[in-house]
Amino acid sequence: MIGLLRASSRIGGIRGFSSKGGLRLEGVEDIIVVASGKGGVGKSTTAVNLAVALAKRCQLKVGLLDADIYGPSVPTMMKIHDKPEVTEDKKMVPIEMYGVKCISMGFLVEKDAPIVWRGPMVMNALEKLTRGVDWGSLDVLVVDMPPGTGDAQISMTQRLQLSGALIVSTPQDVALIDARRGARMFSKVEVPVSS
Amino acid sequence: MENGEVPENANDNCPGTRSETAGKAESCQGCPNQEACATAPKGPDPDLVAIAERMATVKHKILVLSGKGGVGKSTFSAQLSFALASMDFQVGLLDIDICGPSIPKMLGLEGQDIHQSNLGWSPVYVESNLGVMSIGFMLTNPDDAVIWRGPRKNGLIKQFLKDVYWGELDFLVVDAPPGTSDEHISIAQCLQVCGIDGAIIITTPQQVSLIDVRKEVSFCKKLGLPVLGVVENMSGLCQRIADLKFVKMTETGEERDMTQWAMEYLKEKAPELLGLVASTEVFDSSSGGALRMCQEMGVPFLGKVPLDPQLCKAAEEGRSCFEDQKCGISAPALKRIIDKLLENPGLSTLAIDNGA
Repeated sequence: MIGLLRASSRIGGIRGFSSKGGLRLEGVEDIIVVASGKGGVGKSTTAVNLAVALAKRCQLKVGLLDADIYGPSVPTMMKIHDKPEVTEDKKMVPIEMYGVKCISMGFLVEKDAPIVWRGPMVMNALEKLTRGVDWGSLDVLVVDMPPGTGDAQISMTQRLQLSGALIVSTPQDVALIDARRGARMFSKVEVPVSS
Repeated sequence: MENGEVPENANDNCPGTRSETAGKAESCQGCPNQEACATAPKGPDPDLVAIAERMATVKHKILVLSGKGGVGKSTFSAQLSFALASMDFQVGLLDIDICGPSIPKMLGLEGQDIHQSNLGWSPVYVESNLGVMSIGFMLTNPDDAVIWRGPRKNGLIKQFLKDVYWGELDFLVVDAPPGTSDEHISIAQCLQVCGIDGAIIITTPQQVSLIDVRKEVSFCKKLGLPVLGVVENMSGLCQRIADLKFVKMTETGEERDMTQWAMEYLKEKAPELLGLVASTEVFDSSSGGALRMCQEMGVPFLGKVPLDPQLCKAAEEGRSCFEDQKCGISAPALKRIIDKLLENPGLSTLAIDNGA
């Protein structure tokens, strides 16, 4: 009984999330995350097309970070099969394609190898994929998030100053319910939301 | 696999709370948990013992997994549960998707609460032989986001397994979130003590989906979890011609609705067309789809389910597709898959006993 009460009183609680205190990424002007509570709604498709459009049509310097550690789709969508190089100060060099600098977990592992990691290792990996990369000077960094409101989302909002979140959904109720949760999460940490 | 959980405030390179070097390794210096780890008893997790006791009354446990999101895991789990319940089995459906629980919606149980009894938490019953448990029942507001890190999710999953009074079950179907993360590792670790019959993996025919699903198959092999089969969902869009809408694209890119004109034209000129079902591929499966992937990875292929708008509607309204006359396309496909699943040696003796 006590366990149940404790669980239900904490659900939805924030516990000190803040993006205002989040750190800026050197050389990067703005960071936009493309998120959704639900999987399979087209986040990666939207993120990739948004990044390429900003680069080609708006002539901006754009980076694309694939934060989906478990199911990275960016290598397939951007047709990148190489491994990134490493600079002298041990930073990864993002691979450029269609005018966008990309980095993804998919570049670093074999195609069929599963990433069977718990939360803390995911946090470390995301830290390396953001601060351990030589982005150079960027106008916009588009981040393709995994589905849900778990470790990856919490890490991103705590460690980075986000300019905004774009929420993607499909028309079904089950997708909208989860998308609303995703939007609420970003509102709680005061990241402007667009959908 | 890791040696116990790594707490949130632990140092980098934490060896794990249950490791032999916990509290004594170099990386433990200065960690707030150092003393606790050094003095804590190491050995089997007592929660696992409690879970094994609860699960002793459950005959078969099936996980529904996918590397990719949005492929239809929850839809399949719900319809599988309905089908098994209609065959007079005692069924439990456990939703371990903590961040995006879809099961309450899909079984028409939104707004229901979990009750306590002296035997433990009571699942919410759709029918007398189909009980459901999900975090969705514990949220005060359905829009509330569950923003939890791994260790908290693991705690709740353990509670679902050891504190819920499932009673005597023939099947426990577990609907997992996408990926290969905390929830999956936890459920596999917790249930492996008492034996899991296997996992059903859901995918769509797209390349991006198959890539992630291959990882999931590798995950199962890594953990020694048998793959009962792979289901290819959203295999092709099937819609009755009579239900279609017709639009004309103008030069300015606008859409003009021509449905009424088209229907009258068809009724007059080709009425027999109205009784047909139009089928088209939505996701490109020229690479061979899930069947080819199964052949390459050596896992059984259970079948294809078409993308049927009526099935989506039934799922969103919490109904079984097998009792819906309108799901004439998807229901037989699902039935064939479930029958094939029950032919599995580990599950089939049960079906014979029940005269199914």
